[in-house]
Formats: sequence, C-alpha cells, structure tokens
Amino acid sequence: MSGIPHDHYEPSTGGEKWLHKRLPIVGLMYDTLMIPTPKNLNWMWIWGIVLTFCLALQIITGIVLVMHYTPHVDLAFGSIEHIMRNVNGGAMLRYLHMNGASLFFIAVYAHIFRGLYYGSYKAPREITWIIGMLIYLLMMGTAFMGYVLPWGQMSFWGATVITGLFGAIPFIGESIQTWLLGGPAVDNATLNRFFSLHYLLPFVIAGLVIVHIWAFHTTGNNNPTGVEVRRTSKADAEKDTLPFWPYFVIKDLFALAVILVVFFAVVGFMPNYLGHPDNYIEANPLVTPAHIVPEWYFLPFYAILRAFDSEVWVVIAANFLTGGIVDAKFFGVLAMFGAIIVMALVPWLDTSSVRSGRYRPMFKWWFWLFVVNFFVLMWVGAMPAEGIYPYIALLGSTYWFAYFLVILPLLGVLEKPLPQPDTIEDDFKAHYGKSSTNDGAAAATPAE
Amino acid sequence: MSNAEHHEGTRRDFLYYATAGAGAVATGAAVWPLVNQMNPSADVLALSSIRVDVSGVSEGSQITVKWLGKPVFIRRRTAEEIEEARSVDISDLVDPIARNANIDGSAEATDENRALDETGEWLVQMGVCTHLGCVPLGNAGDYALDGGVGGWFCPCHGSHYDTSGRIRKGPAPENLPVPPAEFVDETTILLG
Repeated sequence: MSGIPHDHYEPSTGGEKWLHKRLPIVGLMYDTLMIPTPKNLNWMWIWGIVLTFCLALQIITGIVLVMHYTPHVDLAFGSIEHIMRNVNGGAMLRYLHMNGASLFFIAVYAHIFRGLYYGSYKAPREITWIIGMLIYLLMMGTAFMGYVLPWGQMSFWGATVITGLFGAIPFIGESIQTWLLGGPAVDNATLNRFFSLHYLLPFVIAGLVIVHIWAFHTTGNNNPTGVEVRRTSKADAEKDTLPFWPYFVIKDLFALAVILVVFFAVVGFMPNYLGHPDNYIEANPLVTPAHIVPEWYFLPFYAILRAFDSEVWVVIAANFLTGGIVDAKFFGVLAMFGAIIVMALVPWLDTSSVRSGRYRPMFKWWFWLFVVNFFVLMWVGAMPAEGIYPYIALLGSTYWFAYFLVILPLLGVLEKPLPQPDTIEDDFKAHYGKSSTNDGAAAATPAE
Repeated sequence: MSNAEHHEGTRRDFLYYATAGAGAVATGAAVWPLVNQMNPSADVLALSSIRVDVSGVSEGSQITVKWLGKPVFIRRRTAEEIEEARSVDISDLVDPIARNANIDGSAEATDENRALDETGEWLVQMGVCTHLGCVPLGNAGDYALDGGVGGWFCPCHGSHYDTSGRIRKGPAPENLPVPPAEFVDETTILLG
C-alpha cells in the first residue's frame, strides 16, 4: 500500500491468519476505513458520503421498481400509474427514486464546487478529478434515460430533443441518431434500449466510484488549506490526520441525517415539486408540449446549448471558417459538451501553484462569480428562448468558458497568493486555539 | 539471446503480428453484430410507405399524419398564403435549398420547388423542426399572415417558418423537409 504512513491490519487469531494468507480482504477493509484523513476537513467534505448513499438508494429503489414496470410504449405509462396506485408502497418507492436523482445531483454539484474552490483537482489528484468527471457524465446519461422510462410527454420530447443533438453532427449525424433510436423517431426500440442501459450504467458508476476512492486514498484527501499531510514519518502524519473511522464516519453520517430530514420532507410532502406536470400526460408523437424543459440539473447546459444561435458572431465565424460544416445547431452541441470538457481539463488549465482558494484573494471573486453564473444559467435555461433570455444565456455561457480558458490560466501568473500554513497541524491549532495532542485524542475536547 | 542483428524479422515476430491481427479482426467481427442490432429492425423499416385520404381537407386547413413515427403536415393553402410564399426573394432565406425529396437535391427554395402541385395549393412537409425535432405549431410565428393564417412556429427554441415551411428566424438551420409524396388519384397522397 502506498499513501500516508499508518498502522496496518495485523491478523491475530488463527482463523484471521488463515484467511489473511489466502484473501487479505479484512486488511483491505481495515486500511480503507482507517485511512488517515486530514483533521481539518470542513462541512464541504461530507458530499462523498451523501453521493455514495444516493447511488445505493437509486440502485435499491430502482431494482424494486423494475419488478413492476413494463418497458413498452403501450404499457409503460400505465405501469407507472400501476406502481403509484396498486403496488404496496409503490408511490413512496417511486417518489424516492425520482427525488433521489435530484438529491444525487445537488450532492454532485456541491462536491464539484468544493473541488473547484479548494483546488482538489490539482496535482497529484488529476486522475481522481477525471474519474469524477466520467462519473458525472454517466450520471447525466443515466438520469436522462431514466426520465424517458415513464413515457410521459416530457419523457418523449426530452428524448427527441436530446437524441436530436447527435443528429447535428456533420455528415454522419443522421445515421448515428437512427442507430441510437433504433428507427426514424423515438419509439418502442428506443424505450427498450434506454431501459436496458438505465439498469446497466449505475453499476458502471459503482465500479468507477471504487476507482475514484482508490485514487484519492493513494494521494490522500485534499483539505481546506490545500497543504499536504506530512509523510515524513508516521508520527508527523498523525499530527495532521485522524483515522476515517470513527471520526469522519460519524461526522458524515450526522450530516447525512440532517440532509435526509430535508429529503424525506420533500419526498413526503412535495414529491412532484421538481418535476413537470406534462410528464403525467402520456407521450404523444404528434403534439409537442408548449415548453420543453429538461430536469433542473440539466438546465445550465441546456442554456449553453441554446445560447449560440446563428446570429452570434462566433457561430458565424465558425460557420465561415469550416465552410458551413459547423452550423449553429452543431455549434450549440459542441458548446454544451465543451462546457464539461473544459471543466474536466481544469487540472491543466489552472496555472496557480497554490491549491486552496482560501489563499487566493483574486481567485475567490472569480470563483463565486462562477457559482452565481451557474445558477443564472440554470434559471435562464428554464425560460423560453425569446426576449432578453438568449442574451443572458450567451453572457453566462461566455463566462463559463472564460473562467476555464482565460481567467484560471491568467490568475496563476497575475495573482499574489496569501501565505499558506506550513502544516495542517498549524492551521488546526490556529483555528481551535490550544495545542492539540499528537493523535486521535485531539477530538476529545473536555466538556465545559 | 538478442535478435538485434535479424533485421528481416523473425518467425516469432511474424507469429506475434499474425496473432494480433487475427485477434483484432475477430474482435471486430464479434462487436459488429452487437452494434448493428441497434439499427432499425425489419418491422420498423416495413412501415416506410402509407396512403393518406385528403378529400376532407378544406382550403386553409391542415392535417397531421404519422409517417415513420414522425408527424407529416399536409396543408391546403389559401391564395394569400401561396402569394406570400411566392413573393419572397431567395436571397432573404436562411436556407436557400428546397429540401424536397421529390426533386433534385440542390434545387432552390422557391415555393414552386416545395409545393406538391403546380398551383401550390398543397404543401406536404415533415412536421419536425430541423433544430432539435419538436413539432412546430401551425398558423403561428412571425411569418403567419394577418389573422394567424399559415406559417409555423416551433415552441421549443423559437424557430419561425414561413407559409412555405421555410426557416426564416431562430436556431433551426434548414427548411422543413418535403418527404417523398405524390397524388395517386384526385384525393389520395402516397407518402414514401
């Protein structure tokens, strides 16, 4: 095992030794659970547990929902109503699954913003970041395909619009779109393959989550100072860290409990608040809903997709330079996927050697503007594409790209960072006053 | 031990490349059916041609039929709509190509090149916005005549089509396509 020096599992009884020689699984679990974790982690480091919980919740509720769902264009909508009205506890299970997706995305956005602020993507954690971005992409694919399954109007038209994005690819787009749909339009073949993949992808995500955890257990967690845990000796490492179990497990579970209070209030009392009434109308290929809106978690990217119409000068320039191959439609698609690609490349775009945003006075302002911009894009994505809204979307999309491609590269050169603490221990002492002892006893503050 | 002096390549190199090549071909052959099964199945392809009775369509009205899983607009236009559509200068159009499957693919987007008959009374086109595939609303948009006659408007992302179904404003890149269509008798249109 590489990583921060710490105690390893020592089998003591005969049976433990027998097993450990053949399959060191207890040792693996011990090392995973007892991993030295920076003791200054704040409340933004709880989202990993929330995300793990969400994945488990979605897989478990999903598996039982499949026991009652029928993936056929004539029966799907009815089978959802069957779940809602006839299946024992069916409404609750479905509402948990529906709102579980929202909780999943709230948590993943908080987790990503945490990483962006504290520089968790910087060396040596690039692989963790890239795997995280892959998980995020798969989450979006899974959520999108899951939303098609109830076969309501938003399901059908959302599927039509999103698969239409692939049709925008020059030359081969139409063949790809037909291949994805299994026909000239969204129909039974589409519903069946989306069902198959919606069931598969969460398990792929689970596999990637293990790799994600493996990667940051090798590099160690980042922390609010961005200063690395000392690895010079086990004694030094213990001054900066506490074992994951029990300190962080209890903290994370407490945070999860608080979040679940809110979650269950939503599931119990306003389960359709985040949904669209149109999805309770069965899919009709001949009538488009007046206003097609994706789920809230896709709205910022939907706004970017729509922002670039044929009157924007970069679109006109791209169209001219490529001899008409890149039209407004394809440009919008490129911009939408590009928005995620630039985010995935941020480890190489951010030139600052200081990891945490806490010590970067100029970065802070741009970062918070980025967060505000994210919510502005989310809002404008839900608005109709007319009047002032396309201009706001264009402005927001421009800032998104400028943040990654201009601001972060330049800040590393222009900014004068604040002094960073030498060690996590120093920072911890500065925050909590009296000197802490060398090991886990630090957390045992006497009751006053 | 070393093969450094054997510039010709050894028997072992040959076997290595042959095995790798055979492996690559076998993998491709195994993957292709898995990819190809996602293409349209035979029953989906079999629905590629339908007949539509248009005897009940009066002037200034439109019917929508489902063909290949997509809506087709069949509109019997008024004289005003035809006149408006034929008065447009080609240079004012976003997409100068007719997009009519019944004629040459590079034909200009004049109304004559898009309408089904000589007089221009019948206009048959796919009811699928060329932006991202929503169904445009009829008798709507900035290019409808006074009183909301003719023209189409896509509510999804705000594309406006004129009385000939040509894109005039908004994100859609192309005119509404005209599918393969012909009159097989006085009142029946064959699609496909």
